[in-house]
Amino acid sequence: MPMQFSFTDEQEAFRLSVRRFMEDKSPTTEVRKLMATPEGYDPAVWRQMSQELGLTGIHIPERYGGQGFGFIELCMVMEEMGRAVFCAPYFSNVLAATAILEAGTESQKQALLPALADGSRLATLATTEAPANWSAETTETTAEQNDSGFRLNGSKTLVVDGHTADLLIVLARSPGTSGAYGLSLFTVAGDSVSRRLLNSLDETRKLAQIEFDNTPAELLGELHGAGITMPRILDQAAVALASESVGGAQKMLDSALEYAQMRMQFGRPIGSFQAIKHKCADLLLEVELAKSTAYYAAAAVAENAQDLPAVASLAKACSCDTYMKAAQECLQIHGGIGFTWENDTHLYFKRAKSSQVFLGDPNYHRDQLVLRWEA
Amino acid sequence: MSESTSTTARETQIRAEVRAWLEDNWDPNLSLHEWRNRLIDSGWGCASWPEQWYGKGLSVGLGAVVDDEIRQFGAVSVAKAGVRMLAAATILEHGSDLHKEKFLRPLLTGEDTWCQLFSEPGSGSDLAGLTTRADFDGEHWVINGQKVWTTSAHHAQYGMLLARTNWDVPKHQGMTYFLIEMEQPGVEVRPLKQMNGHASFNEIFFTDAKIAPEFMVSTEGNGWKVAMTTLAHERRLADGIRSWARGEKGSGRVFDELRAEIATVMEPYKWYPQRAGRVDLLLERAKATGRINDPVVRQAIAEVLIKAKAAEWTGRRVKAAHALGRPPGPEGSLGKLAGSQVARLAAHAHTLIAGGEAMLAGDDGAMNGLISEILVSVPAESIAGGTDEIQRNIISERSLGMPKEARTDIDRPFRDVPRNTVS
Ligand SMILES: Cc1cc2nc3c(=O)[nH]c(=O)nc-3n(C[C@H](O)[C@H](O)[C@H](O)COP(=O)(O)OP(=O)(O)OC[C@H]3O[C@@H](n4cnc5c(N)ncnc54)[C@H](O)[C@@H]3O)c2cc1C
Repeated sequence: MPMQFSFTDEQEAFRLSVRRFMEDKSPTTEVRKLMATPEGYDPAVWRQMSQELGLTGIHIPERYGGQGFGFIELCMVMEEMGRAVFCAPYFSNVLAATAILEAGTESQKQALLPALADGSRLATLATTEAPANWSAETTETTAEQNDSGFRLNGSKTLVVDGHTADLLIVLARSPGTSGAYGLSLFTVAGDSVSRRLLNSLDETRKLAQIEFDNTPAELLGELHGAGITMPRILDQAAVALASESVGGAQKMLDSALEYAQMRMQFGRPIGSFQAIKHKCADLLLEVELAKSTAYYAAAAVAENAQDLPAVASLAKACSCDTYMKAAQECLQIHGGIGFTWENDTHLYFKRAKSSQVFLGDPNYHRDQLVLRWEA
Repeated sequence: MSESTSTTARETQIRAEVRAWLEDNWDPNLSLHEWRNRLIDSGWGCASWPEQWYGKGLSVGLGAVVDDEIRQFGAVSVAKAGVRMLAAATILEHGSDLHKEKFLRPLLTGEDTWCQLFSEPGSGSDLAGLTTRADFDGEHWVINGQKVWTTSAHHAQYGMLLARTNWDVPKHQGMTYFLIEMEQPGVEVRPLKQMNGHASFNEIFFTDAKIAPEFMVSTEGNGWKVAMTTLAHERRLADGIRSWARGEKGSGRVFDELRAEIATVMEPYKWYPQRAGRVDLLLERAKATGRINDPVVRQAIAEVLIKAKAAEWTGRRVKAAHALGRPPGPEGSLGKLAGSQVARLAAHAHTLIAGGEAMLAGDDGAMNGLISEILVSVPAESIAGGTDEIQRNIISERSLGMPKEARTDIDRPFRDVPRNTVS
């Protein structure tokens, strides 16, 4: 199977344009302003990003109003956004679009995707119920069918941007079913549920708690089809998060290097001490290794590779652990200043900590990796 | 292994004396200051201090026995914890009679609060690289510069200040130690917010702040040596603060005022236990969440417990050897480094136990945000009080006697040493 191990010139140019946009629109001064607001994004920047750059529709096919690029380009965007700890409901939109692409019927894709592609509608995916459980099979939210359609009962937590989403894609099961059987995806109007913004460790990523109380819902795709589609959706989510994380990790390495060259102690740059040099060299090794896993996994999604399930977990575990390590070391290299609120390192540290457990902690994914690996 | 716990006759006798005195004098309905003045006058408040200065000239060990007896009796002690004790130790060792006369008593009664003005934005690991300057204008020392990481500065009356008075000599020889009045126009105190949301420290800006010549400690240029005394006592600080926070249960005026004092003094230290990783919570949390059933989580907890217990017992070995009067071995310098490893491992184990809940903070977080506070406080452990890298340098060069890193900053006038331009 041909697997891409380098980006094309066009892709590199695209990356550069996204990076420029992030540097221009999302300096950390802006991130700090937005993370303190409940909405957590700037609508003007969102519009520009979706309509001028087309980033919201990057991996959505042209026939559904998207840009028609692949998952690799999507992951490049995630990586650059991770680098900037960009504050916007982008990842949530990606999750929802991916779910619709994987699970929706042709007419649902035509109806729902254009508004996600042009950024005019915000959407998210609501799957998690208990904070320590990431597998779809433990879902307890029920979807009861009657003459007028489906009604949902239950609750979801850690829903990314769930408090602002216009459209919720919700995982629920038919009453009386268990395990992978009986699971379906539904679309629910954001304003038909009671929802609450949660206090998140990483203030740049907004999370919500959502309650369903006989909430009207429409089936997305096939009844009981989510046992098959959810794992694929979650694999892609894990790969996207891995990509975001290697972007953050690289930023931490860059920041550590810059500081180590500038900061003087004992009459010399701290970067001249071997303790600091070795730390940076080790970090380079880890960050480059993690990038390779994220890039390989993105290509695996794009090419619908057989080994995707194992590779998605591999990339998630490796990239998110590396991000955490890079943030920790960057903070350490900054010394006391790194522990202050004013220094930007903590924004990344908290994103790394949060991403480490989001969609399954490293142990979960290491476990999945081995179980899914085909010898 | 056994620690020497035998009670000597001298100890028994001292306990009896303290008890007898307390029985005659303890009165919980006095004001806190009235009571402490009485205790200070008796010499029991600081029994290991010289008799001339509120003490009884006892050994440090017997002084602790006196403190223990006061505690057991249920009486309130002098204000013997926190940064003020660093000031007291420094003044006792290097201060003039004027300093002792003016500062020691209000420090012990709790009327005066102190802060330590050493670290600067431009010099942390390299404390001797500080650039806050003190220039003599014929009448006063005039202070200009900036300090950082100063606890309690916003309500301190006095500060221990290390400043540069001579730029033409090697760095360690050009510093002088001062006692500075904080409430004056040239001193501006700004809170410093940390990544965990607390603001336990301050930044201090000096703009032509003034110090009268008699408030120099020791001699001009001898500041580094004096500062070493202060730093030597810093390690005992945490223990003192913990024991101070006890004994707040009694009733009577003296206890009411003590509780108010503790609340103020303890405020900046509220998150300190979290910074060390809260190893004590791991098993309880794992059981409460059911994560104890996951063998990988159990392994992670075991790793923390192994390191934490090993470090604790190493500390006990150090103490036991010290009690027997044996010279300190290399194990004495390891506690700080072990502590920061324990903290990191514990934060990781807490993350695994919390799972997705680790993404939440405050009221929505595990244990009302206590767990998230651990996660964002632990990074301080490997930085504050000397970074891990500096600890490793000290261990390798001092404990292991390895060749020293070549220095280019101590053999020339300080003004010629490259340093941070922006602080
Ligand atoms: C929570 C907290 C509480 C604090 N409390 C106090 C306090 O009460 N009083 C006080 O005075 N200060 C306090 N500090 C300051 C603390 O002592 C310094 O932050 C610390 O000594 C490091 O100095 P720095 O921040 O300037 O970092 P730097 O010295 O600039 O260090 C930056 C990096 O370079 C490394 N480095 C520096 N020199 C070497 C070397 N020779 N070899 C190898 N690596 C090196 C360091 O390890 C670090 O990784 C506190 C700091 C924190 C975070």
